[in-house]
Amino acid sequence: MGSTNSTLLKIPNVEVLMQETGLKLVAEENCLNVSPAHIIRLHDRFKALDKEGRGHLCPHDFGAIKELAMNPIGDRIIGAFFSPGKETVDFHTFVKILAHFRPVDKDRPKEPNSPEPINSRSNKLKFAFQLYDQDKDGKISRDELLQVLRAMLGMQVTDEQLESIADRTIQEADLDRDDTISFEEFRKSLEKINIDHKMSIRFLR
Amino acid sequence: MVLNFNERSPFTFLMCVICIASLGYGANVMAFEPTSTSPSKLPPWSQVEDTDPDPDPGETTQAVFTLNYPRIQIPFEITLWVLLASFAKIGFHVYHKITVWVPESCLLISIGLIVGGIMHSLHEKPPAVLTSNAFFLYMLPPIVLDSGYFMPTRPFFENFGTVLWFAVVGTLWNSIGIGISLFAICQIEVFGVQDITLQENFLFASIISAVEPVAVLTVFEDISVHEQLYIVVFGECLFNDAVTVVLYNLFNHVAALEVVEAGDVFLDIGRFFVVGLGGTIFGALFGFVTAFTTRFTGKVREIEPLIIFLYSYLAYLIAELFAISSIMAIVICALTMKYYVEENVSQRSCTTIRHVIKMVGSVSETLIFFFLGVVTITTEHEWNWGYILFALLFALLWRGLGILVLTQIINPFRTIPFNFKDQFGLAYGGLRGAVSFALAFTLPDNIGRKDLFITGTIVVIIFTVFIQGITIRPLLKLMNVRKTNRNQETINDEIHKRLMEHTVAGIEDLCGQWSHYYWKDKFMKFNNRILRKILIRDNHPESSIVALYKKLELQNAMEVLDQMSGDISAAPSLISLHEERKNASKSRKKFLSSDVTNMHELLSKNMYKIRHRTVSYTNKHTLPDDITAREILMRRHTSLRRSLRAGSFHGTNAAKMSQKYFSLPMGRSLNSRFPPRRLVHAGDGDIESEINYSSIRHPQRVSSKAVMPLRPLNTLKEVASSVNTVDGQNEEQRGCRRSHLGSNVSRSGHLTSHLPHGSSRNCSDGDHDAWVEEPQNNSDVQHPLMRRPHWLPQKPHDK
Repeated sequence: MGSTNSTLLKIPNVEVLMQETGLKLVAEENCLNVSPAHIIRLHDRFKALDKEGRGHLCPHDFGAIKELAMNPIGDRIIGAFFSPGKETVDFHTFVKILAHFRPVDKDRPKEPNSPEPINSRSNKLKFAFQLYDQDKDGKISRDELLQVLRAMLGMQVTDEQLESIADRTIQEADLDRDDTISFEEFRKSLEKINIDHKMSIRFLR
Repeated sequence: MVLNFNERSPFTFLMCVICIASLGYGANVMAFEPTSTSPSKLPPWSQVEDTDPDPDPGETTQAVFTLNYPRIQIPFEITLWVLLASFAKIGFHVYHKITVWVPESCLLISIGLIVGGIMHSLHEKPPAVLTSNAFFLYMLPPIVLDSGYFMPTRPFFENFGTVLWFAVVGTLWNSIGIGISLFAICQIEVFGVQDITLQENFLFASIISAVEPVAVLTVFEDISVHEQLYIVVFGECLFNDAVTVVLYNLFNHVAALEVVEAGDVFLDIGRFFVVGLGGTIFGALFGFVTAFTTRFTGKVREIEPLIIFLYSYLAYLIAELFAISSIMAIVICALTMKYYVEENVSQRSCTTIRHVIKMVGSVSETLIFFFLGVVTITTEHEWNWGYILFALLFALLWRGLGILVLTQIINPFRTIPFNFKDQFGLAYGGLRGAVSFALAFTLPDNIGRKDLFITGTIVVIIFTVFIQGITIRPLLKLMNVRKTNRNQETINDEIHKRLMEHTVAGIEDLCGQWSHYYWKDKFMKFNNRILRKILIRDNHPESSIVALYKKLELQNAMEVLDQMSGDISAAPSLISLHEERKNASKSRKKFLSSDVTNMHELLSKNMYKIRHRTVSYTNKHTLPDDITAREILMRRHTSLRRSLRAGSFHGTNAAKMSQKYFSLPMGRSLNSRFPPRRLVHAGDGDIESEINYSSIRHPQRVSSKAVMPLRPLNTLKEVASSVNTVDGQNEEQRGCRRSHLGSNVSRSGHLTSHLPHGSSRNCSDGDHDAWVEEPQNNSDVQHPLMRRPHWLPQKPHDK
């Protein structure tokens, strides 16, 4: 563990990160709870992606990942890392966003005053919501839904079919009949699905 | 299931061909000697005269019409058999539902059974072409080369440990376990098989432990099994072929000995490792030599595929010469050379190589299954209830146990452990196949109970292929479906779930692999510094990205032409959708339940599956398709272009029409932008000619335009190759480069809706330029994705 400690020191502000993401040096309860080994690995990955060693990543570093390019919603995923107004993502933000995908800790007792952990069900849903909602107005419009559908479906699907699917989707979820899906409606429509299972990466446990 | 006439005709045709082939075959009583290997066997002349159906009129005088069958006999029969097998394949796919439910190996065996039945009724013997040499030297290499070449390298190396663990240790476990249990059974007097020695039992056990993943993989694909499982199954099959053959040879050798000493056993174990490692090193050596040779084939493109095949086959043969594992040699050769070769050879050669490998491999495998069917009916079987049934039982039992135990041991070392469903899939999917049969059939005659072994092998194969092959799909679906209640799932659920799956897959790819990172990194550095310099040709090969780019430019040109004349272009357009939205009433549509069911079906058929690449590369019976990848990339290109041209999604019809003309710079005719000369280069050009062209045509844009197509590709090539792993698929790299351009620009496309029209006019200077460039950052909105990539030179605007 000595080597990991010294590596930890090389990461700037690692204590703050550990605080926020939660670290299992002692069994504390923190928000994110990413273990030190994971942080080191993520740091290695960050450095590998950041080929010029600038200390931050920009979109085209992400774009260089082949498999992400082949992902139908790859560009949206990349976009999710960059908050509006920022062109780069530093290591903290990188880890924080990835921490969304940690499996939910089932055995964490609920403290009423502690901030909601980043990998809570609600935050995971928010992440998914923002993949749809590109203009960040808090609602998924019919257009945005159509764009996502178009991206995820093969070319054989005609426009009319796309539209009827989109209409149906909105109809099922839209409770206040404004022809858009708000976050609450989104959350409600997915209450039966095990979000934790779907939006988690096992090795970030 | 009513067969209409069109569908019936291939079947009847197939049956006719089968009958004709077997009759035509029956016309010749020839049976090859089992041990003869020379291809120049000829029947005695007298036989020809006996069976010649058309007696020559006036033999003593000059014959007007002669029939000289023996001369063409051997090639003719080989051709007929292969043709028959191909017709069978065509026949299956007439009814595509069949291939969904019944694995192809089943169908092939069935056809073989039918033909065997026909032949048996005619009292003919099948051609004993399946001699030891014919199998090991001619039929096995293509099968193995096919598997090895199409192995997706990155996932393979990620799971290398697991694959080897299951392949080597698993096969050993199976062989030894089955061998010992069968030996125990042999001791029971009731079954009457006491004469089978322990060595012979081991030999038989090793034959029936070789598994084949073909049917399993197709099922896994449909139920979206985790990619890792896919690779483990695929890799396991490949390597356990190697292990089985090694064990087979070992036990064969041992079985011949009367007494086995302990020293011999240790020697054998040592030999096992030598053989395996030797094969690997040999293969790697040959792989590098091939890569090096292809560096110099720039001027002689036609022989490139030939070189690849020759070297692979040579690796196999020389490994056979030294009696080291030839399968390992050819597989490792294919794996190592693929990466470098696909960068060196031309696009056409690459396609040819893949096609030929797939073709020969699948023909070989088809033939073996076919013979299996034929031989089942026509040979003399030695049946022994006890032995054979117990062999079957133990085969299934030991595989199941093996998987359970091995998974328990290796799960802690894996980043993604196998759960019970994965283990069930692995265990139940252990079908036996072509290799087992061929090994059994080519047992030497000094094994006393050879016929019993052949019968036993055939029983195991047929049982696993038919029963397990057909039932695995429903079973796995059942296990999968138990968690989610399909019927109550809404469209909403389906879409959002798939989105989340894609998201998680994307994030996983983003995080990269975890366990072997250190070694991969080291290897990549070594690769970049040394290997690539030696093995890859310096000047740019004709790359598919340039070709695709040119093709898209062409398409672009066509579309601009279309729109100018007022037609609506064919590609799906979000702008037209937007129009319709304005026109559509806001009243809520009523959806019938049949509509909803249709939607569910549509979604399940057309939504892209995650990690399509790995899956498509491991499909044994078809070439990997990159239609999905191309669709994704083309869509990005199209939507970007459209958005840049239109400026925003909210334009009205009139504005759209005028915006279409934004793509053409003022005062230029269409011809100057898309001159016919470009069309010539659409298939084959290379970058130099493009530079020449652009500098001639647009003298005022000297450096930027000429440099722009070239530089991004260069930079990205380095980027792509240094970040990513030793992944052989050049297409992927190229796809990455291309989609990288696309993704950069498409993100800016999303943003153009925020830009005022003025800047959009600037950037739509030409679709060609817009493709590689991002719009000017005139707006106040500093969006992160609008960031100009630092590798692009400043583009001069002459507006």
